Amino acid sequence: MIVNPAVIALVGGSAAGGALLLVAAAHGVAVLRGWDLGSGSQRQLELERRTYLVSTLLGFTLAFELLSLFLFVFTADALAPQFTGAMCAAGSLQASPYGYPVLLLKLLDAVLAGLWLILDHADKQGYDYPLIRVKYAALLLLAPPALVEAGLQAAYFAGLRPEVITSCCGSLFGEGGRGLGADLASLPPALAGGGLAAVLLLALGSALVFLRTGRGALATGLLSAAALPVALAAVVGVISPYVYELPTHHCPFCLLQREYHHLGYPLYAALLLGSVAGAGVALLAPFRATPSLAEAVPALQRRLARLALAGLGVFGALSAFVVLASGLRM
Amino acid sequence: MTARAWLERQRALLDFTLASLGRRPGKNLALLLVYALVVFALASTLLFTAALRREAALVLRGAPDVVVQRLVAGRHDPIPAAEVARLASIRGVSAATGRRWGYYFDRGSRANLTVQVPPAWWGGDGEVVVGEGVARARRAAPGEDFPMLAASGHFIHLRVREVIPADSALVSSDLVLLSDGDFQRLFGDDPARFTDVALTVPNAREVPMVAEKVVKLIPQARAITRAELQRTYESVFDRRSGLVVALLATAVLAFAVVAWDKAAGLSAEERREIGVLKALGWETSDVLLVKLQEGAVVSLLAFAAGVLAAYAHVFLGSAWLFAAALKGWSTLSPDYRLTPDVSPLELTTLFFLSVVPYTVATVVPAWRAATADPDEVMRS
Repeated sequence: MIVNPAVIALVGGSAAGGALLLVAAAHGVAVLRGWDLGSGSQRQLELERRTYLVSTLLGFTLAFELLSLFLFVFTADALAPQFTGAMCAAGSLQASPYGYPVLLLKLLDAVLAGLWLILDHADKQGYDYPLIRVKYAALLLLAPPALVEAGLQAAYFAGLRPEVITSCCGSLFGEGGRGLGADLASLPPALAGGGLAAVLLLALGSALVFLRTGRGALATGLLSAAALPVALAAVVGVISPYVYELPTHHCPFCLLQREYHHLGYPLYAALLLGSVAGAGVALLAPFRATPSLAEAVPALQRRLARLALAGLGVFGALSAFVVLASGLRM
Repeated sequence: MTARAWLERQRALLDFTLASLGRRPGKNLALLLVYALVVFALASTLLFTAALRREAALVLRGAPDVVVQRLVAGRHDPIPAAEVARLASIRGVSAATGRRWGYYFDRGSRANLTVQVPPAWWGGDGEVVVGEGVARARRAAPGEDFPMLAASGHFIHLRVREVIPADSALVSSDLVLLSDGDFQRLFGDDPARFTDVALTVPNAREVPMVAEKVVKLIPQARAITRAELQRTYESVFDRRSGLVVALLATAVLAFAVVAWDKAAGLSAEERREIGVLKALGWETSDVLLVKLQEGAVVSLLAFAAGVLAAYAHVFLGSAWLFAAALKGWSTLSPDYRLTPDVSPLELTTLFFLSVVPYTVATVVPAWRAATADPDEVMRS
């Protein structure tokens, strides 16, 4: 068990975030059960008021999830010297079976909360709460992963034993290892890089087509969403070695460190923004037919498509720059 | 809405928020002060331990790769000089050096001094080089007499050759360096034994294997690697700061209750204000936004003030408020300035420990206030 300020902050923060989501979900259930826009009853008024609370709570949850994602990686990174053989976050996450699941759940939570907020924003554009049921049903899907994540995170920190021998990032993402990390690392650079370039170009192209013609919302969304895992795989498989100028070093966390100019932050932030905004384009597509949203949704979709273009474009440009400017040639 | 119009709107709302905060200076200043104090206490702890950890890591970088100590009945015992050659013959070890060091309780200053024979002694017999803390405690300047009580019961008279500059005070404050001969005169040491042996292992990957071989070669020995030392320091600092933060958590909770109470207990004037705004056509979301902005402004100011104060406290004032709890137990605590450095880890941790509880405590009251019925509010 490790107790340090960052761990206390993470466990406390996740508990607070989980509590916010539970409150939001409880209100969501009440809205789902009693919603009747035609009624002018006191109860309906009360429910309409609650929708403000739920949106606000979800906004905070998203912000906390994003921050806690970064704090989690920082903390894992800072804990690395306490484990034999661990040199960065990759090693400390491996020190307990819960490490990587917590990280993936945090990422999932941040993506889901972002998509929910897009839905919420669209809903507020219509005068008659057109998406209220969709929105609150989706809210119920959001709570379980966040609660599981809070629990697993506590289990992760409670289960850490500073003497445990863990693999350092050199072996975990090294080509001889086993597990997901090693599989990604042993992807041929041409395949990983080519796949990334293809998905990014397709996603950017379909977003451009969507902006021009208004068609291809679904393709934009799917491609942007696909860009997230493909890009993460490419970061491990091909971009990291170019950054470190070391063909055997594939760690996706060392990118966040000072030695590499904190390159990871703009890289990951742009990717997350682009993917979530792009996926939002497809998410909103079914609601173009809703009468009260006939004008608002297309406008919103266009804004999201522009954000996706910007996010994925910045990610692509940064990656290309890193590979070209690197002293490494593979 | 265009981006410009949206920005204009946010600006107008922020103007209103600031004016509204300014209308109740007493209440808001009190909250701000308490908030900033909480941030200050937490930030001081975080910055101070992070700085100490960094210093320790820097110091350990110069530590030997492996230190071999002999244990007798579980206690540290001098190691025979013959073992040095055996240790040096281990494959992977490029050099083995016997070291002599010890502790000397100085009755005059009631302090424990670390006495050491440096690897290459640059002074002569009868001379000492002392740390800045020792010079301060004994009021010793270069050229002056430096008597020490030897194991034989007689004083030996040494002369201060130089005082180690304060730059490295964190490690050298209580240090006394002298020649091998003086060390033996002082402690009555057996010349055929060393306190411990430092091994140089050029390839870091071989260190665990070398440590294993050392234990095989000399069964009563223990081999301490640099990584183990570093790990121990890390966990000591982590645990100490964790304990302090756990104690401060009660303060954070109390603060959250205060914030909740302040946010929930709207004055009659504030209620009337919200009622008027709504009667004028403000939407619930606008009022909610203003309330949240109020919270954000207070948080931002308190966070900035708290962090700045903590920065000054730790890096300019050497953390005099918390040093006793976090530093150690030495009498000759060095006078040192920590290297200023703030990392995203500390700032994010701090944010989670202060702003998140505040936000969680105030969001429901803010919503309550924003959704209040204008008609009801005006009448009450």
